This record gives sequence, C-alpha cells and structure tokens, in this order.
Amino acid sequence: MNPFSSGTRLRDMIRAIRACKTAAEERGVVRKECAAIRAAVSENDQEYRHRNLAKLMFIHMLGYPTHFGQMECLKLIASAGFPEKRIGYLGLMLLLDERQEVLMLVTNSLKQDLNHTNQYIVGLALCALGNICSAEMARDLAPEVERLLQFRDPNIRKKAALCSVRIIKKVPDLAENFTNPAASLLKEKHHGVLITGLQLCTDLCKASEEALEYFRKKCTEGVVKVLKDIANSPYAPEYDISGIPDPFLHIRLLRFLRILGQGDADASDCMNDILAQVATKTESNKNAGNAILYECVETIMSIEDNSGLRVLAINILGRFLSNRDNNIRYVALNMLMKAITVDTQAVQRHRVTILECVKDSDASIRKRALELVFLLVNDSNVKPLTKELIEYLEVSDQEFKGDLTAKICSIVEKFSTDKIWYIDQMLKVLSEAGNFVKDEVWHGLIVVISNASNLHGYTVRSLCKAVQTSGEQESLVRVAVWCIGEYAEMLVNNTGMLDVEEPITVTESDAVDVIEIAIKRHTLDLTTRAMCLSALLKLSSRFPACSQRIKDIIIQYKGSLVLELQQRSIEFNSIIEKHQNIRSLLVERMPVLDEATYNGRRAGSLPATTSASNGAALNLPNGVAKPAAVPLVDLLDLSSDVVPAPSPSGGDFLQDLLGVDLSPASSQSGTIQAQKNGTDVLLDLLSIGTPPAQSTSSTSDILSSIQDNKTSSGMLERLSSPSGLSAQASSPAGGSPIMDLLDGFAPNLATQEDNGPAYPSLVAFESSSLKLMFNFSKSPGNPQATTIQATFTNKSTNIFTDFIFQAAVPKFLQLHLDPASSNTLPASGNGSITQDLRVTNSQHGKKSLVMRIRISYKVNSKDVLEEGQINNFPRGL
Amino acid sequence: IHFVLLISRQGKVRLTKWYSPYSQKERTKVIRELSGLILTRGPKLCNFVEWSGLKVVYKRYASLYFCMCINQDDNELEVLEIIHHFVEILDRYFGSVCELDLIFNFHKAYYILDELLIAGELQESSKKTVARLIAAQDSLVEAAKEQASSISNMIAQATK
Repeated sequence: MNPFSSGTRLRDMIRAIRACKTAAEERGVVRKECAAIRAAVSENDQEYRHRNLAKLMFIHMLGYPTHFGQMECLKLIASAGFPEKRIGYLGLMLLLDERQEVLMLVTNSLKQDLNHTNQYIVGLALCALGNICSAEMARDLAPEVERLLQFRDPNIRKKAALCSVRIIKKVPDLAENFTNPAASLLKEKHHGVLITGLQLCTDLCKASEEALEYFRKKCTEGVVKVLKDIANSPYAPEYDISGIPDPFLHIRLLRFLRILGQGDADASDCMNDILAQVATKTESNKNAGNAILYECVETIMSIEDNSGLRVLAINILGRFLSNRDNNIRYVALNMLMKAITVDTQAVQRHRVTILECVKDSDASIRKRALELVFLLVNDSNVKPLTKELIEYLEVSDQEFKGDLTAKICSIVEKFSTDKIWYIDQMLKVLSEAGNFVKDEVWHGLIVVISNASNLHGYTVRSLCKAVQTSGEQESLVRVAVWCIGEYAEMLVNNTGMLDVEEPITVTESDAVDVIEIAIKRHTLDLTTRAMCLSALLKLSSRFPACSQRIKDIIIQYKGSLVLELQQRSIEFNSIIEKHQNIRSLLVERMPVLDEATYNGRRAGSLPATTSASNGAALNLPNGVAKPAAVPLVDLLDLSSDVVPAPSPSGGDFLQDLLGVDLSPASSQSGTIQAQKNGTDVLLDLLSIGTPPAQSTSSTSDILSSIQDNKTSSGMLERLSSPSGLSAQASSPAGGSPIMDLLDGFAPNLATQEDNGPAYPSLVAFESSSLKLMFNFSKSPGNPQATTIQATFTNKSTNIFTDFIFQAAVPKFLQLHLDPASSNTLPASGNGSITQDLRVTNSQHGKKSLVMRIRISYKVNSKDVLEEGQINNFPRGL
Repeated sequence: IHFVLLISRQGKVRLTKWYSPYSQKERTKVIRELSGLILTRGPKLCNFVEWSGLKVVYKRYASLYFCMCINQDDNELEVLEIIHHFVEILDRYFGSVCELDLIFNFHKAYYILDELLIAGELQESSKKTVARLIAAQDSLVEAAKEQASSISNMIAQATK
C-alpha cells in the first residue's frame, strides 16, 4: 500500500490547514495532500477513494485546482454501495460544472441509478441531474425523470419535479411531455410535491404557450381551492412559520396564479376573492407574512384589472413603505416601480416618503428610491423635486454622488421649461458635484447657454461667483472659463441685468484673475488648462488694458512639457505680439451652437428618416452675418468652393474640415510652388485674409504639410475659427456650425452633372453568412434622388427567417424603404430578397451618401443581428 | 436561485453551490466581489444587494454570512425565509450549529442543502421531512460501514 494514501484523515487535514498561519504554509499543506491524492489516484486505490474525494472537495472550496479528482467521482458513482455513491455524486456536483466534457461519461451511471431499487440512490441521481445536467443529458434522461414523476414515494416525486424544471430550462421543446404529469402533481396533498409541482407548472407555462393554455383551463380552479385551503388551514406545527401555515407554498401558489391570470380575464376573475382574502387577512408583523403579502401584491398588479384589489395592493405598499424594517421598505420601493405603470397617481401620493428614502443610509434603498423618484418626476412636480435632490446632493455620500448627479442632470434636461431654470439648476449641480458630471452634460449646458442670448450676462456673472467658491469642481471651472472667454465684457459691464440679480462689481483684472487661478490649480487637467489659455487669448482682445498681463501668463507655458499647452502658449503669444490687427477678428465670439444638431448627435444615432432637408442651413450661425467674421468665411470658402465634400457627415469637425481641404490640396499641389519661405506655418495661414490669389496656394501649402505632420492639425483647428475653443473641448458640439458654414458658403455647388450616369453596383455589406449588393439608378431630371435596389444573398447553409433590413441615414438625406420581396432567405444562395430604397440627397453634389444598416433574422429560431456602415457609395449620388 | 454561498466574516468560503453555469474563473471572481460587497455592509442595512443585474440576499448568523443570488424579479423576502429555513435545519441536525461544525462536516451541510434545494428551487418546506430523509441516508451509510468492518473482522479472524 502507498505510504501516503493511508495518510491523514479528513478531519486531520482540515485541522492542519486551519492551523496554518500564513498563506504560504497553507499552500504547502495543500500541495502535500494533493500529491498524496494524485498518487492514490494513479495507483487506483480503492479503500480511501471516498476519503480522498472528500479532502479534494475541501481543497476545492479553498480555491485550489482539483481537476485530477474528476474521474474519481465517476468511479465512486459507478461503485455499488450507497456511501460511495453519495460522496461520488456530491463530488460530481461540486467539482464539475455542466460544461465539462467529463460529464457526458456519467450519463450512463445516472440512467442506471435512476432505475435503482433503492429509492435513496434514485434520489441522489435525481438531485445530481437536477443540479448539473446539460442539454444533452436532459434529452437522454428525460423519459426516466418523467416516469419518476409517478413514483410511489412522494420524496422522489418532488425531486423528479425539480429535475424536470431543470430539463425544461435546458431543452424547452420537452415541455409538452411534462405537461400532463405536472398537472396531476397539483392534486397532491404532500406539501413538498405541491411546491415542486407548482414550480414545474410555472416553468412549463414560461416555456410553452400551449402548456399555459392547458393549465389555465384545467387547473385554475383547483389551484385557487388549494390556496383557499392552505390560507384557512388550522395550525400545523410541521409547516408553520411564525403563525403562518407554509408560506413557501403560499408564495408558489400566488406566483402560479399570477401566470394564469395574466392576460386572461376569466382566470383573473376566478382568483379575485382569494387574493382579497390573502391581502387582508395575512399577518404582517413577521417576515414570512410580508413575503406572502409582497407576492400577493405582485399578483394583483399583474392580473387583469380589478380596481378594488389594486387599491388594496397600493395600500399594502404604502404600509410597507412606512415600515421601519429596511427590507420591507426596499421591497416596497421595488414594487412601486412596477405599480407606477398601473397607477401613477397612487404612487405619487407616497412621493414625500419616497424622497425621504433617497436620503437613507442604506445604499440599496437609496438606489431603488432614486430610480423611483426619477420615474415620478413630471412637469408639475419637477421644480420642488429637483430642489430637494440638489439640496441632498450637498450632504450625500461621495459614492452616491455619481448616480445622484446623473439622475438630476437627466431630470433637469428632460423637464426644463425655461432656460434660466435649467441654467440655474445646472450651475448648482456643477458647483456641488462638478467632478461627477459627465462630459456630455456640460457640453450640453454650453450649447444651451450659447443659445440663450438674453441670459449670457446673467450666466457669466453667476458662474464667476460660483467658481470662486467651488473652484475645485472641474466641469464647473470649464464652463466658467468658456463663458468668461466668450462673454467677458458682460461680466464687467453688468450687461443684461435680470431683475432677480444683485449687481456685482468685477473689474477686468478680476476676470483675468479667475482664469489665472484656474490655470494654476494643479488638480485640474489638461483640457481645462487648454481652455483657460484660449479664454485668456480672448480676454486679451476684449480687455486691451490687461493684454500685457495676459501675455505674461500665457508665456509661462511656453516651456510646458505638455505639447498641447506649449503649442497654444507659443501660438497665442505670437498672435498677441505680432498680429494685433487681426487679433480681434480671430477671437470673435463663437457662433451660436446648433442645439438640434447637438442633441441629435448626442442621441448617438442618426435618425432613420428625417425631413430636415435644409434644417442645418436655416440655423446658420449668426456669426456669419457679421462682417467681422469675414476672414473665417474666406478661409473656409476657399476650400469649400472647389469641393464636393468627400467626407460624410458624422465625423467630428476637424475631420470634416480636413477632409474637405485635402482634395484641393492634392489636386492643386502639382501647380503650386512650395512657398516655404522661412515664415512658419502659422503666419502663412494668417495671411489668408489679405491677398486672395496667393492665399489659395498657401492654404494648400499648409494643408499638404498637415498631411505630413498631423501635429499641426491642432493649429489649423484653432485658427480656422473662433470655435477652436469648443472644438477642442467638445468637438461634436463645435463641429456642427462649421459644417453649416461650409454648406452655406459654397458657391459653385453644381459640380456634378445632372444626367445620371450609370453607377457601378456595390457590395455594400458582406459577412460570413450574408451578402448585400446595391444597384443604383437615377431618374433624369431629379439629380437628388437615387433608387437603390438592395439584393440580399444567404451564403450559409441555413435558411434565414424573419428577415428584416433597417437603414438609417444622416439628416441631409431622406430615406424611404419599400417593402421587401420576402422575409425568408433560402440557404446557400438559392434565391435572394430584394428591397428598394429611395434616397434623396439634399446636399447633392456636396456630400456623398452614407448609411448605417442593421439586418436581423433568425437561424434555427435563434436571433441574429448584423450591423454595418456603408461609406463607399460612388461619388455624386 | 443561481447560487448559494456561505462566507465567514474573514471572507473564507465555507460552502458554495452553483445552480447556474459559472466557470471556475467566474466563480472565484463572484466570490471575491461579493465578499467585498457584503462583508462591508453595516448591521442595520437591508439584506439585499444589487449586483451585476442580479440580487444577492444575505443574512448573517453569528460569524457566517448566508448568501443566495436570485433574479431581479424574485421574491427577496421569501429567500430570506429560505435561508432561515436552511439554518434551522442545520441547527436541528448539528444541535445548535456553529461554524466549526460546518467546516469539519462540510459534506453533511451539502447533503442537507441538497435535500432542501434542487436546480435552485425549494423542494421541501417541512424541516421534519428533511431531517427524516437525512437520518435515513446516514443510517444507510452507518449500516454499510458496520457491514464492512464486520467483514474485515471476519477476514482478519479467518486469516489469524
């Protein structure tokens, strides 16, 4: 005999492991034990096999690898005695999970044990099967389990019922085999069998519509009667829990009734009385009773309408909500979320209590309550609710602030009726929890501020005050810096005073102070500092008196190790020093940001069909109307008039701008002598405003150098427009107006000929299973419209059913989808689906088509979703 | 119920039972995350923790946390009752159960759990029935042991 395998007893091993002082020591003991067990395994030791397996289970529980013991389980299961089998099955359930291949080997032993004469061995096999069976095993062993549902001993019947639950979850097709035997379980008296039978029936209903119909017809009355009996049953010590007879059975009966009653008026009617009885008679001073009430309320909420019962249910929830037990309050909040769709008014009555729960010390309750409050907000209560929430924000825990801030912002954005209220609330949130505010929220705020021209002065003054007390809130600082840069003179002159405001005195140098403090605060990040520099540049033009001081601040970053800051510093310095004459033009106020475009982009998806054929052009930024913006317009004009914009919209502004410019650069570069005459690129660009003839070439010169050196792109971005500020910080927001500018100022649009030439067809989308071809045709006389015939081919060997094709296009396009020729796509390319798409391009000649597509279908009744974006449409569509 | 966990206050695992498929790696991750989440909660807070789209209902008995993971829409209060039910059965079996009982007789705890839950669903609401079934199986094991030892005694005597 192996000297190791006889070794220690299980108890001794556990003692030895527990005696270990350090993790290393423990590893040592475990390693030694594992070595002994491995040796025993390889010697095929019989005598201590079960002890070794027990040790392995303990080692497994400590988190060490034990895969070498898996075969031992199978051997024990295959042996004849009950003790071996018992430990073998336990090991099987502990050491293996259903995805391991070894499991397949046990199917045969299971089958034998399910037919064993000893009922306890049958029980072991059922238990193991119920806990770990895979889909294959479920199919193989379903007939045995089905037969055991009628076994003489109720304890086997109940195990078989739960085993069936697992089988149906793994293989829903088997549901119909179990429907009849499950129904007969409901007539039993044994509580274990009833509980498991109800569970089985509930799961059958979820798996199969027919089973649901069957049970509804045959069992509703029976189940109602069982519930009535159990609710009225006298004291039975075996099942009693704190004065309630078998709450587990209660709950399962109620749950099954819920499924039967949902969507069926007759069945619902049948259970009204007993539900009312349970709801009113159940004791609610113990957890067991409350668990029943909770289940009962959910059933009342789910079955077909009965207003009397619903009032009863909402009242129970109201009582729960004022309960002192946190668990009860938690479930009440949880259930009110569901009730809100049924009866908003009733839930609104508890608003004050719910709001109190937001401030609870328990994170689980806070979270539930906050979500509920979010659902409760409507136009009439938004102001007081927001006020409460913001007040609470001041005192809430750090870890809760993130959630709370996000919800407040989303409430404020969704329900804001007037801009001043929106701005006020956002400023409060920013000053309280600016570090938790997401980027898109403050980007959105800037867009709103920029659109509210009558509030510019008010906003910048409030921000200036706020930032002095809450300067550590990053996003507050960003918004403040941006606004001071834009509207500094309103800050100093108290322009646009509102009645509610107290006048404040801010001198020019105070305004510079604010930004200087911000830029020197080392906790703030790069974006904020970069924004500060831009704001300073703007101030230097707005307040000539401070120009020297600003220059001194800017120059400090000349040697910054951060490229972005260094670059800005040097560029801005040279603007202040050498280009006084155009400085004021360069730093003109930002054109108003287009709210609609911003919101559209923020929503993240391009709207499917939009009629905004020229919505963008209508919202032309007002900066354009001013003569001051001329250099900007010139610059953009130069590039845009030659080009049919090759880059589709949707990219950010910089990409668009570069994309626009690249093509003339390349087309003209041959004719241009490189003019690198010692001046730097910046100066080249700045000279654009004056001699137009030369400027063409110099632009392209710069642009070609941009192609070479991506780092200069930042320069172009900032100089090309006063929106450099926000383009840096919030490129999606800043991007749109520039796009609009381009669109509005392109004089020779019609570079494309009108008569539609033949366009090549296009493989628009191809995956391993699916191919999509586009054929294009244009009707003469209407150059904007294109008809696309989409042809789908199935490359796989499986038939696709429920085939749906969806497409989305950006705003400048209009899309109409005709019905598809079929929704079934035969396998292996034997046939195809065709579908016509009609696209109208309002920017015809300037922008190419672009489209996002989504294709969904079913293969073997499994849903498949494929998505893609098509950017390679032929030019000129 | 997706899984059952027993964790000691020191974060040591005393029992794990998985009814939904989790790979070994996921299991260790789940245990680590949950012990961090649950052991840090104060005593007066509610017994439910929301965790990656599911809910964990836990209850502390002496130094042990009993945790069961359920779906969002399951009845949390009932699961608390199931936990209590389990504890009472353990208590009856071991006679005022303590953590050490569960460490040294962990397999017994598993046997009891297997009489209470299968496939993550409750199978028996009567403590008496569970106790009776466990006792019957234990006596089967005892009988087999006696038989084995008497056989080995006979062999030993015969070979003397």
